Amino acid sequence: MCLAVPGRVISIEGDDPLTRQGRVDFGGIVKPVNLAYVPDVREQDYVLVHVGFAITIVDPHEAERVFHYLECLETLEQEADELEPGRPVPQ
Amino acid sequence: MKYRDEYRAPDAARGYADAIARITTRPWTLMEVCGGQTHAIVRFGIDQLLPEAISLIHGPGCPVCVTPIAYIDKALEIAALPRVILCTFGDMLRVPGTQSDLSAARARGADVRVVYSPLEALTVARQNPRHEVVFFAVGFETTAPANAMAVYQAQREGLGNFSVLVSQVLVPPAIRALLERPGNRVQGFLAAGHVCTITGYEEYEPIAREHGVPIVVTGFEPLDILEGVYRCVRQLEQGESCVENQYSRAVRRPGNAMAQQVMQAVFQVVPRQWRGMGDIPDSGLGLSPAYRSYDAETRFGAVNGEAEMRGDCLSGAVLRGEIRPDQCPAFGSRCTPERPLGVTMVSEEGACAAYYRYRRPTGGSARE
Repeated sequence: MCLAVPGRVISIEGDDPLTRQGRVDFGGIVKPVNLAYVPDVREQDYVLVHVGFAITIVDPHEAERVFHYLECLETLEQEADELEPGRPVPQ
Repeated sequence: MKYRDEYRAPDAARGYADAIARITTRPWTLMEVCGGQTHAIVRFGIDQLLPEAISLIHGPGCPVCVTPIAYIDKALEIAALPRVILCTFGDMLRVPGTQSDLSAARARGADVRVVYSPLEALTVARQNPRHEVVFFAVGFETTAPANAMAVYQAQREGLGNFSVLVSQVLVPPAIRALLERPGNRVQGFLAAGHVCTITGYEEYEPIAREHGVPIVVTGFEPLDILEGVYRCVRQLEQGESCVENQYSRAVRRPGNAMAQQVMQAVFQVVPRQWRGMGDIPDSGLGLSPAYRSYDAETRFGAVNGEAEMRGDCLSGAVLRGEIRPDQCPAFGSRCTPERPLGVTMVSEEGACAAYYRYRRPTGGSARE
């Protein structure tokens, strides 16, 4: 029930902060979405949408982090192995 | 779909699984709180990628599953009244009440409508001024701002024929209740990412500190969950117990200020009964005094009755993480999504439904 789907805001309409609406593109399917809870949103931003409301703006920089984190882990481990080649590897 | 498909990359998933295996030196038991995470874990076989030493147990994070049966009965009672339209999320339709369910009530002629958003229920109210329109407002913190907005707008428009039957629950008090149960096995939590988009995660910091458990705010895609597990195991192995935010593309520490503001205007914190967990103090939301005239319980009488379903369904133990769905003797035989004994087999996010869909006993890929 707490499912939230990422989509790209393609247009924003309305001035009333409570009913401000956007058209959001979910991989080709465009739906109207209430933008009251993302007052800073701009066109082309990605938002997570839950029951018709955008609940957060996706941070594109942070979105890459999960991949870098993995690369960092692998690099750190390699360095540790090089420093301590006989180190037992825990299973 | 951007921001979804790339988090399902098999190579990166294996990279994380290997990294988890390398840092794990002894058995650890983690709980993913949210039913959406449970579905992803079972669907993508994430539990099977992990080393044997890591057990994931499934938490109570399915709002449909923890809604007391007395609320289902109340919704059925309201739906049966003349000139009433009951609007609900689709998940609630087939949840069994004591005698019946909303889907059967609709087949018998009750006006029960499935809505995707609470705002659609407002539209129904505008279009049917001679009817009472009742929205069954179920959900965790993720859904609370949407439900709150419907009530807020109804008052602003003076929409007198709209009301809400509220069964809103909150995650942090449930985590505390689980940790304080005798025999608790959970050593670390993957907290529900979408809940935290709204609330942030400051409230989890004292829980981690006081109970000595790591809590990692985690997303819903396979890589998110694997990174969440990695961070949780790393803390456990190093004897740490902090709150970390894996889902930083969506969650900020203070949460969503605008959503919190509307929630706090419309709702107040109340005690709630949870199926499977009993009474938990301060674990729910009810309408605040300024909005109480929009409470369906004010218009149609208060909900009272039992939380639990009678009979031989073990969903309470499933919701507490005491047993896995496929350890229930009725699973897949006397209990299926077509003929469910309990709500965890009905709801899209119920753990039993996830196991039935992706781990059929005949297909038996589950470990052990």
